[in-house]
Amino acid sequence: MDSTVYIAVAAMGGLGLVFSSFLAIADKKFRVEEDPLVEKIIDALPGTNCGACGFAGCQQLAEKMSQKAVGINACPAGGQEVTDAIAKVLGIESVATTRQLAVVLCRGGNEEAKRTATYRGENTCTAAMLTGGEKSCLYGCLGLGECVAACSFGAMAMSDNGLPVVFYDKCVGCGACARACPNDIIEMHPEDRTLFVYCRNKEKGPVAKKACTVACIGCTLCVKECEVTGGIEMKKNLATINYELCPQDDVPTHKCPTKCILDGEEPSITKESFYASKMKDAG
Amino acid sequence: MNAVLIFISAAVINNFVLAYFLGICPFLGVSKKVETSINMGLATTFVMTLTAVITWLINEYILIKFNLPFLQYVTFIIAIASLVQLVEMFIRKSSPSLYRSLGIFLPLITTNCAILGLALFMALREYTFIETVAFGVGGGIGFTIAMVLMGGIREELEYADIPPALKGAPMTLLVAGMLALAFMGFAGMLSV
Repeated sequence: MDSTVYIAVAAMGGLGLVFSSFLAIADKKFRVEEDPLVEKIIDALPGTNCGACGFAGCQQLAEKMSQKAVGINACPAGGQEVTDAIAKVLGIESVATTRQLAVVLCRGGNEEAKRTATYRGENTCTAAMLTGGEKSCLYGCLGLGECVAACSFGAMAMSDNGLPVVFYDKCVGCGACARACPNDIIEMHPEDRTLFVYCRNKEKGPVAKKACTVACIGCTLCVKECEVTGGIEMKKNLATINYELCPQDDVPTHKCPTKCILDGEEPSITKESFYASKMKDAG
Repeated sequence: MNAVLIFISAAVINNFVLAYFLGICPFLGVSKKVETSINMGLATTFVMTLTAVITWLINEYILIKFNLPFLQYVTFIIAIASLVQLVEMFIRKSSPSLYRSLGIFLPLITTNCAILGLALFMALREYTFIETVAFGVGGGIGFTIAMVLMGGIREELEYADIPPALKGAPMTLLVAGMLALAFMGFAGMLSV
């Protein structure tokens, strides 16, 4: 019995040695000279492989950066800090990075939107989407938090009203939530944008109004009020902001009868304040 | 003669992917394009053939000789892992673009259960050396056939009008099931 153990250990150890020495020789023979810059850039990048840059992962982005095929501010998740660090590695001037943030374009929570059904089943928005969801509005937030689950930075949570909240102190702009949302109510926008239409309902006014109290009813008031022609357009009964034309602050948004177009009212909730208020509610 | 039968059996009738459902991960993961499918298939065939040879030698001259068949799993995994490392180094040196397109699935050949399955089947069925080589090459070619079929179908599916609920993974799984059904038509043609 004892000898079996020794033989087994010897056999495994011997095989391990043979394979490892074999691999060591192969490593010497097949070694690929890698650009040392790539490794330094990878160290500077966040390393979460979130894919927000459009490449498969940080490795691929770093390779492209070292070849100067993309700009050094191509990592949306890293922000200014990472851009500065990469500039340092490459020995060039840093450039400004515009932070991208996720914006939830639906304000129709449990209080505002009319509920017409009860959904029981797989607890994801994609599954609920097949049935049309619980709300009368087919374009709004389904409220099952698939976006929150998709966020790998802990920057989202569902509010008591059944809508996702983005913590802008934590959001890195990777866009995972926007991709996860089956109803496309989350969009990525540069952080200096403040004017948004918080509705996606494409039904005609009366239908939209019945479904939700904060729906865009297609009244075209904002289109008329916008200083620049074409700054805001109606597309399929929905006010759509043309960000290249529309001035951010000169739209009298208080004229909107359902308050679905808002300026600068994107709540600046931080993760701490959100959970602090939850704790307070719970007593 | 037996080796020829084993080769055909492993390649078509008892196809590792479509009859045994081994190695499904790369089968679903890298089969988006015919070109990468072929490359993945060839890399896997290479690893399978080498695995068959080396694990046969280890099994015959070390494990059976010293009465250590309980070490089969561990030693086979070590052998496969080292071989994959070697293939990875080789591909990285010879074709960086292929290395990039295979991505994570190249190192994942290590955990491709078709390859461990091959080594274990070979030991279980007590194949001779020639038979083992035929089994390895046949298994690899069978894997490549499955990959290429899947790649071709999925390229066509890109342009098909698929119901939204079935887009992506569900459709891929359905197609995989149908392919497996089609391959069941070969069942029983040979008893090897």
